[in-house]
Amino acid sequence: MQLTLWTYEGPPHVGAMRIATAMKDVHYVLHAPQGDTYADLLFTMIERNQKRPPVTYTTFQARDLGGDTAELFKTAAREAYERFKPKAMMVGASCTAELIQDDPGGLCRALDLPVPVVALELPSYQRKENWGASETFYQMVRALAGPPVARAPRAAGQRPRYNILGPAGLGFRHRDDLREISGLLTQLGVDINVVAPMGAGPDDMARLHDADFNVVLYPEIASVAAKWLTRQFGQPATRTVPIGMGATREFIAEVAQLAGVDAQPVLDAAAQRATWYARSVDSTYLTGKRVFVFGDATHAVAAAREASQELGFKVVGIGTYSREFAREVREAAQLYEVEALISDDYLEIEARIIELQPELVLGTQMERHIAKRAGVPCAVISAPVHVQDFPARYSPQMGFEGANVMFDSWVHPLMMGLEEHLIGMFRGDAEFHEDAAPSHLGGAAMPRPAAPQNKPEPAVAATVAAPAEAAAPTETTWGADAEKELRKIPFFVRGKARRNTELYARDKGLPVITLETLYDAKAHFSR
Amino acid sequence: MSPVIPIRAEAAGGCADAPVLRERGQREVFCGLTGIIWLHRKIQDAFFLVVGSRTCAHLIQSAAGVMIFAEPRFATAIIDERDLAGLADANVELDRVVTKLLERRPEIKLLFLVGSCPSEVIKLDLSRAAARLSASFSPDVRVLNYSGSGIETTFTQGEDACLASLVPSLPQAAADSAPSLLVVGTLADVVEDQFARLFAQMGIGAVRFFPPRHANELPAVGPSTRILLAQPFLADTARALEERGAQRLSALFPLGVEGTTQWLQAAATEFGVPAQTFEEVTAPARQRAAAAVARQRVQLAGKRIFFFPDSQLEIPLARFLSRELGMELVEVGTPYLHRQHLAQELAALPAGTFLSEGQDVDKQLDRCRAAQPDIVVCGLGLANPLEAEGMTTKWAIELVFTPIQGFDQASDLAELFTRPLVRKLRLAA
Repeated sequence: MQLTLWTYEGPPHVGAMRIATAMKDVHYVLHAPQGDTYADLLFTMIERNQKRPPVTYTTFQARDLGGDTAELFKTAAREAYERFKPKAMMVGASCTAELIQDDPGGLCRALDLPVPVVALELPSYQRKENWGASETFYQMVRALAGPPVARAPRAAGQRPRYNILGPAGLGFRHRDDLREISGLLTQLGVDINVVAPMGAGPDDMARLHDADFNVVLYPEIASVAAKWLTRQFGQPATRTVPIGMGATREFIAEVAQLAGVDAQPVLDAAAQRATWYARSVDSTYLTGKRVFVFGDATHAVAAAREASQELGFKVVGIGTYSREFAREVREAAQLYEVEALISDDYLEIEARIIELQPELVLGTQMERHIAKRAGVPCAVISAPVHVQDFPARYSPQMGFEGANVMFDSWVHPLMMGLEEHLIGMFRGDAEFHEDAAPSHLGGAAMPRPAAPQNKPEPAVAATVAAPAEAAAPTETTWGADAEKELRKIPFFVRGKARRNTELYARDKGLPVITLETLYDAKAHFSR
Repeated sequence: MSPVIPIRAEAAGGCADAPVLRERGQREVFCGLTGIIWLHRKIQDAFFLVVGSRTCAHLIQSAAGVMIFAEPRFATAIIDERDLAGLADANVELDRVVTKLLERRPEIKLLFLVGSCPSEVIKLDLSRAAARLSASFSPDVRVLNYSGSGIETTFTQGEDACLASLVPSLPQAAADSAPSLLVVGTLADVVEDQFARLFAQMGIGAVRFFPPRHANELPAVGPSTRILLAQPFLADTARALEERGAQRLSALFPLGVEGTTQWLQAAATEFGVPAQTFEEVTAPARQRAAAAVARQRVQLAGKRIFFFPDSQLEIPLARFLSRELGMELVEVGTPYLHRQHLAQELAALPAGTFLSEGQDVDKQLDRCRAAQPDIVVCGLGLANPLEAEGMTTKWAIELVFTPIQGFDQASDLAELFTRPLVRKLRLAA
């Protein structure tokens, strides 16, 4: 039993729903109790889909358990087929139905429906949403892609063709990533064969074989299916995920090599505005900003790389909630000489962020809330998704435009360069004081809190992002002068100053931190 | 009754004996776990620990919509494979999780172990677990249990189950104590305070609300207790209170001017409040409310409304919308129809109203599309798809999360229905 406050991932059948909802002409009959229909609102409210997910729930109740829940399932499946006339059906059980062991697959075979029926076995008490999505996509590909075929060689002059694998329902910016990447590849002179699961019907899945290679955008969802396609049809798959300028360039080179085309024209024509912005002198204030990165493995690893290599940040922590991809994140962590945090315990991640005192958090909606409470700027880089992650505008994470988008969305929450200097120089200004939020964010200027540090601050100060300062260890205390001086340090670096000073005082065995200690520590830690 | 409220001539008996379409099929409703979203805010030192699956945790998180990312007063003990292998171990695990939780949250005085579909199906006995844990954490923490499982409860029935589980803990009112009034069902604090003032002004002194805001403020109950239900979904709670001797006062529910007046009147009559006092106390708020509701009537009169089942509030809401706002009821769906508690509400509905209980969502959608109502009250899973089809919808869940009871909320309640209609007009313009 695991005590859970918030979950990063839903149960595996929600992963299956993400596949079903992304596809067309399929219907998913889910053996599930009343209440499990909540999952519909993920799609209709968060993603704002205009259609209900193609899912029928048996919604059995306690009184049905004594009777014939198997019959209930058969009726639901038969009626769903008659009503929706899908070209393929998916059947399975949610966590509760798994316990009553009705075998939806077997029951459906007995119905002898005239379409392919894919029986999904998704162990709810072991696995989670992304695994469920991956397994479902794999089973759908296996069931619908057909037997190995000998592909006829391409006619002379015919452009190479590829499949895009991975974009799904409730995906973090999948809609826009798909547009960005397919646009880039079209420029490269290769053509899309099938995109799956997003927009693919069973007929399209049957054409997967007619591609020269596969582009795997989201390994969490598509790598298992892609490996099967490699075995079945000899199609190689891309390994680079095009998030960030560097990764996008590598991705284009990889595709060009698989397709036998020249990457150079596309690389030369790319609108790499973020690369120039990062080199622009006003970006020097970004140098060495301490960032904490957390998300699904693919987005976390890519964000850390971009933060480090393309923005000049320092990655002070990296982690993921997906244990299936822990290895990838651990490897990335080694690059930054940090320990990877592999956890889906919200409190553990919060504790790590408080401990590390980063200047920017790149995380999920969960970390956005942690950061908000800790007074640290944050940008969202990964699922789990929130309604805000489906912006009305075009806003990819992948490709050159994705890198541009990320430059904006990561830099925007930070204090602007000159503003930071002005606060450093002229402390105690009524408007630009050390507790002020970045002036381009958050409406009205916050009045400077009048109360000194040890008294309760006025209510208005509570609306300013309160800096989360780790409690001082008991063996070292702050002298009044030093405490006062610490207050003069802008809040976005105060936590670091406090931590470093305390560390220094402990190392030196100083029981009281004085003004001198504060500046000794500053000198000690500056290089 | 205020003369400014135009009340329809009502056929004798309204829908008291009207036939009800009973459906069994896919039910697009929440389970009782969802009640935790408001209950944990109401009882400020209670903690709700769902013993369930990852689905349960995901449901509460998603249904709340608002991710209250402070450390919340609810959590899920997620059952895993090892717990399924042996129930003895599951109990050991549960004790471990509860101990860890209570160490972390010493301010918790009341802990609910909330049963779920998986815990019910594997027959994990949470009442024994609660007794065991209560014994070990007594007197600091009381541990109770109830089921919010979808196989047993629909949405607001979770509150019913929770409150019913609290009833045995209520102190016994002295046999010779003066009659006291117990208002039962979660109300917004602002509404509770309004009612408390009105009762006080009428001279009904001993008024308590249940659930209380703090776990140690449990009201006493006994034969001298009169209960007034503030919510229509409290079948088990009312039964448990009646078994302790309390007497239920029958009334309309306090929605709208008429409902609120009758609801207060039921208490006033029982406690012998003179008619003139009742009039003096209620008239200002009643007239204010009637005038405000009349302004909303302009937008809503003659509009046709269709209710999908959700919270069991549908029938009182339909009564309010039909009688005070002149709306036409196309279909009133409710997850469960408690004829006894709703007797007066049913009698007040226009004769011939189409009532349905339970659900087969696809068939109900067919009926809804065929009827093309002006506004549809439905859950979050259906609202946007229906909007995309051109219908106007009102999320049912907002009716549960908004203060709607009492005089001063009557026009707010009407406005919840006006807003989507007005919005559609504005967007079209």
